[in-house]
Amino acid sequence: MTDAKPFVEIRQARKCYGDLEVLKNISLKVNKGQIIAIIGPSGSGKSTLLRAINDLDPLTDGEVWLEDTQVNKKLPHKQYENHINKVRQNIGMVFQHFNLFPHLSVRENITLAPKMLKGISDAEADRLAEEQLEHVGLSDRIDYYPSQLSGGQKQRVAIARALAMQPKVMLFDEATSALDPELVEEVNLVMKRLAEEHMTMIIVTHEMAFAESVADRILFMDGGVVVEEGPPEQLFRAPKHERTKEFLAKHLRANALAPA
Amino acid sequence: MQRVAPFFLEAAWVTLELAVLSTLLGLTLGAIAASAKLYGNVVFRSIATVYVSVIRGTPCLIQLFILYFGGPQIGINLDPFSAGVIGLGINIGAYMTETIRGAIIAVDSGQMEAARTLGLSKFQAVRKVILPQAARLMVRPLGVNINAQIKATALVSAISVVDLTYTAQRYIGSTYKPFEMFILAGVLYMVIITLTGMIVSWLNKRVAIQ
Repeated sequence: MTDAKPFVEIRQARKCYGDLEVLKNISLKVNKGQIIAIIGPSGSGKSTLLRAINDLDPLTDGEVWLEDTQVNKKLPHKQYENHINKVRQNIGMVFQHFNLFPHLSVRENITLAPKMLKGISDAEADRLAEEQLEHVGLSDRIDYYPSQLSGGQKQRVAIARALAMQPKVMLFDEATSALDPELVEEVNLVMKRLAEEHMTMIIVTHEMAFAESVADRILFMDGGVVVEEGPPEQLFRAPKHERTKEFLAKHLRANALAPA
Repeated sequence: MQRVAPFFLEAAWVTLELAVLSTLLGLTLGAIAASAKLYGNVVFRSIATVYVSVIRGTPCLIQLFILYFGGPQIGINLDPFSAGVIGLGINIGAYMTETIRGAIIAVDSGQMEAARTLGLSKFQAVRKVILPQAARLMVRPLGVNINAQIKATALVSAISVVDLTYTAQRYIGSTYKPFEMFILAGVLYMVIITLTGMIVSWLNKRVAIQ
């Protein structure tokens, strides 16, 4: 399916903070249903790239496309706001620190946006919340508040909240980095299930084993460029670039040192 | 003492009215100026910034004098009570601006990001996600502002509003008992402040996040 029209496309992305160039001319094509994992050291620009896809961190130069729509279209402020709000409904995002709304119950967290933006009724919204929670295995937590949930449960609710908008693509920004080790697996399982359902996913992660097991393609970023990319077996087993090898070796050592 | 009691009660009522009305005006101005500072364009931001620094940089008494005594010169004729409400309201509004702005800033930036990512507009995100959380952070510091405001109402006695302080001064002349008169006024201020404090505590408990 490599010849198919890309579903998400980044063209020559550049991002500067003053004199600092954090993304240097990056291009990326993602097909429908594909799962891309982006790995690399801290400060390599991987989160910035991810956050450019829904224009949360606007690019300095370059284009982002979702199907036939340019996400970061140049428009007058007001028109742009209307445009981006519509586009973002199609791009789900999950954050490292969950960012659940603490003043709202799990149900309200999930139904807030669909109710406001899609004008669905209370009954439909309730059904949607129940459906999405079942999907992440938290049906019994529907009337809890975020503060009453564990980190893993919070992140699963955050995924359910994003999915409730029925996005075309899901972005994960180090979704398990803030979790206690024993809570990582339950979130990974939810993401794996999404992968099996052919959700298009772009995942920024520090977990090599997870990236290898779930992704179709791995991007290794360092210093604002994609150093190397390829299928997981190639990138992890037979990396071509020196920097990729170094990074993976460091990671292996760190994991070997970590208590089981 | 019994002879003056009804006048003091009436004056306490005037003080309470002043405090409530000027606080409401101040809250409105504070909300507008805080929004301007946080979300407005350059023009609105600058106006709000000038407002806050001018008001906080000058004595409230001078502001009241300018409004009440200076006003007529530029065509603003206000009775003492209205001048008191408006002057005090404009004054506390500047402090409310900073309190409201501080509470909004204190809400984690990830909240706005999460709301915008779902497709909410900035306005929708502020209304449904940011403000409800900021409101909870605001109650206690606003309570402090209101406490100060009740005491600041004493200043309007200088523009001849018949409030508690004015009344106490007035009856010194006929009773020759300044000690009792000012103690009585003080006690009545304290009653108003205690009651207000109780309302703020109750509100604070009610809005606490589960």
